[in-house]
Amino acid sequence: MKQIIKKCEVRLWAILFWLFVWQIVSIWIDSDILLVSPLKVFCRLGELVCVATFWKAVVFTLSRIASGFFLAVMTGSVLAGLSSQYHYVYELIAPIIVTIKSVPVASFIILALIWISSKNLSILISFLMVLPIIYTNVLSGIKSVDKKLLEMAEVFCISRLRVLRFIYLPQIMPFFISACSVSLGLAWKAGVAAEVIGIPKGSVGEQLQQAKVYLDTPDLFAWTFVIVVISIVFEKLVLIFVKRCAAWCVIVRVKF
Amino acid sequence: MENICISNVSKSFGHKQIFYHLNLTIYHGQINCIMAPSGGGKTTLLRILMGLEKIDSGCITGQKNKRFSAVFQEERLCEYMTAIENIRFVTPCLTVDKVRQEMEKLGLGDCACQPVSELSGGMRRRVSILRALLAEYDILCLDEPFQGLDDERKEQVLEYVKQNTVGKTVIFVTHDKEEALQLEAKIIVLSDFLIE
Repeated sequence: MKQIIKKCEVRLWAILFWLFVWQIVSIWIDSDILLVSPLKVFCRLGELVCVATFWKAVVFTLSRIASGFFLAVMTGSVLAGLSSQYHYVYELIAPIIVTIKSVPVASFIILALIWISSKNLSILISFLMVLPIIYTNVLSGIKSVDKKLLEMAEVFCISRLRVLRFIYLPQIMPFFISACSVSLGLAWKAGVAAEVIGIPKGSVGEQLQQAKVYLDTPDLFAWTFVIVVISIVFEKLVLIFVKRCAAWCVIVRVKF
Repeated sequence: MENICISNVSKSFGHKQIFYHLNLTIYHGQINCIMAPSGGGKTTLLRILMGLEKIDSGCITGQKNKRFSAVFQEERLCEYMTAIENIRFVTPCLTVDKVRQEMEKLGLGDCACQPVSELSGGMRRRVSILRALLAEYDILCLDEPFQGLDDERKEQVLEYVKQNTVGKTVIFVTHDKEEALQLEAKIIVLSDFLIE
């Protein structure tokens, strides 16, 4: 337990302190539109979770952002693998990756709204935000694989599958985990931003937009809190899954 | 099985000529000890034979479609694997018990399940030697395999190598003539075959 507390960067006392500061400031301002108190936000949150629409919106947004994320993870990893093997693939992809990295997310959202329906907008946007991070990191991981070990495997005629599993994977995994960790938060931020602009029906973004239009600050804070919580839980679950996969490599290795 | 014949082989790295019309024979079923001063091309020759370097001209016969095993100048062990896993990575058909048995012969019994990153230089060296010897091979390449071993261990490992390579084709690169003599190797001084 002590180890878990030590590992955790955010301490409970610090959270309570800032909630207290927030409560004091909101009492001092005395305007729910400008700054609603944390107590009111949590009361509103309590009301929201009792309504089916809330859960439908959460599932809608979560499923789309998760789809975009996993699609980008798969595409980025495959493209990184191809780029490391064939230089012309690397050269072909490089301009696209540079473009995706440099173009502001708002431009992508507006462009995408012209091309596709707002319903699937967050899939595309989270995909575009995650793809370059996964691609770049996995490619760096592949490039950093010890060439001398690859030569050793070549001399001993070790099969490609075993080389991939026992030489490449363990050395790429740290890069992949770090890429997932960075891109998960980004996927959520960009995905929800896309929904706020595109306003797909029944999404978290739509709820945020409505809260803005009606100056419903408690709703705005409650939905923001929901997004933060889902984002953290999603990130933790994905990282646990990825780390389990990495550990699985080790377990299988011990048994081979 | 035939001898390995190296005929008129030339190899250079950029402007640096390593071999120019090299001709020599590696004898089948014997320990062939290649000796040369530092930078004399010993490791390059091994790398060429193992197919890790291409030659500029000439031809080599007798090594195609042969299974190689090697002890490299560096250990080339997977740091995240244990000693036993490193050996079984190369030879998965060997049982854990068999590997352990062989490891004990080289004084590695206690560290079989330790990650190689935690082993001393000498232990790592012995693991890499054992990995090469336990692999299935037709030609065994040893590139200064005993460096980093203390005298007592060296004796033990030399004896183990000698016992386990009877009738096998071994190409052994070293500076140390004593090692070659102990292995009863056929000595090939590389500089004798180089055309100045």
